[in-house]
Amino acid sequence: MNPTVARLTLRGLLGRRRGALLLVAPALLLIISAIASRSSGDAHDLTVKILGQLDLGTLVPILGLVIGTGVIATEIDDGSIVYLLAKPLPRHRIITTKLAVAIGVTWLVAAVPTLLAGLLLYGTKDGVALGYTVAVLVAGAAYSALFLLLGVVTRHAVVAGLAYALVWESLFGNFVQGARTLSIQQWGRAVAEAVAGDTAIGADVSLGAAVPLLLVVTVAATVLASVKLAGLTLASEE
Amino acid sequence: MATITIDKVSRWFGNVVAVNDITMSIGPGITGLLGPNGAGKSTLIHMMSGFLAPSSGAVTLDGAQIWRNQQVYRQIGLVPERESMYDYLTGWEFVLANAELHGLPQPGAAARRALDLVEMAYAKDRRTGTYSKGMKQRVKMASALVHDPSVLLLDEPFNGMDPRQRLQLMELLRRFGADGRTVLFSSHILEEVEQLARHIEVVVAGRHAASGDFRRIRRLMTDRPHRYLVRSSDDRRLAAALIADGSTTGIEVDERERALRIEAVNFQGFTTLLPRVAREAGIRLYTVSPADESLESVFSYLVSA
Repeated sequence: MNPTVARLTLRGLLGRRRGALLLVAPALLLIISAIASRSSGDAHDLTVKILGQLDLGTLVPILGLVIGTGVIATEIDDGSIVYLLAKPLPRHRIITTKLAVAIGVTWLVAAVPTLLAGLLLYGTKDGVALGYTVAVLVAGAAYSALFLLLGVVTRHAVVAGLAYALVWESLFGNFVQGARTLSIQQWGRAVAEAVAGDTAIGADVSLGAAVPLLLVVTVAATVLASVKLAGLTLASEE
Repeated sequence: MATITIDKVSRWFGNVVAVNDITMSIGPGITGLLGPNGAGKSTLIHMMSGFLAPSSGAVTLDGAQIWRNQQVYRQIGLVPERESMYDYLTGWEFVLANAELHGLPQPGAAARRALDLVEMAYAKDRRTGTYSKGMKQRVKMASALVHDPSVLLLDEPFNGMDPRQRLQLMELLRRFGADGRTVLFSSHILEEVEQLARHIEVVVAGRHAASGDFRRIRRLMTDRPHRYLVRSSDDRRLAAALIADGSTTGIEVDERERALRIEAVNFQGFTTLLPRVAREAGIRLYTVSPADESLESVFSYLVSA
């Protein structure tokens, strides 16, 4: 961790319009949950729909994308990353610091609202609220690492990230059983199920597969991002 | 005392060769890297500052490879061409952050010293996003100087500066050169380079065209034959009068253009000769235009020399 890198990253991420944008998703989740909690529908069904599909399935990957790319892709894009890189700083320290900021912010704007929404919708019953919260914690960390890596390796990180989150996880994940095995969202679901108990949350991937895969993706993305950052080439403007 | 050595370096991007087998060594004092736009100056500076790997050859600082070697930044200060620099920070916050990132023992004192050096202390509490181009350039300088580097690399530092800012920056760079630091800056403007650098490296189309004292290079550039297109009230009589003088080596009467194509030996001699000859012969000059004054033609002349 480097405190200066963390400070610059956090200010860049929360400053300007992006900061406000990051509050829209959790606000939306809480408002919908508050309305749903008063409805007469099946509370369990509603909770799974809202926390499973809307939150874990859509809001968390989008927040992860905005935050994960926001902590580095913007700087690489406008060239200000030069000021971090022209320093005798180990590249892995820059990456781990930025990852820590990304994970911290993701947890704040995704996991905390998830817990609150879960409590609103379903109380503490069956550990559903806690289950989804833990799922958002682990998925949020994995998304952050993956999207941060995308920010380092491609100038089109947001497009690539959207393609992964929306096309692969949501579209293919819905129709193709096999696609779910390689999906951060599904791994998060497996963890949620393990925390909440068998029947409360359905998951397609076993915990035994999900946990190692989450770890591998997070660690591998971080290592690869560090290596790629060390060899970052500035495009010549000529 | 620090020396950057570029040894048989080439860099290509796909099929395009940006830098072609260049060998040069940049030592203490001020060196100007001169060349037209697109000549490969930025590519060279990117390689010297560790942001681009040479495709072949080696770029070293006192023997240590620069690419993928973060330790070189203890000695190198870099002023990039691009302007973005964390617009949401004030000048003070920006320079202080740079000092902290270098791991300096007293970052606050170092940042203050650097801002004083570039005379930006008065605006240090304003956001860098609100700065003028010259102010940004100076704060970028402060950030590059904050760790007291022995090498300073500047990519087109005078671009977009007004004359006063230009003079200020030149004065600052002169001081660094006099301190025995290795200062390298790139420019595509000959006058800029010759005002500041005694030593010049010229790059044209990716090749190393010339190297050495600016006076010699200046002479190479001005002593070349100059071509002019001249229209007058009596072209043939003017041609006869001009060819009698030693300043011209060739005159062609271009019937279609209704003009004279004149090749002059030296610039100074010809520009005083032409009006004098015309006046004495009672000939009116309608057009006098240099046919090859573009920077590119000057450079291509240098390459063939």
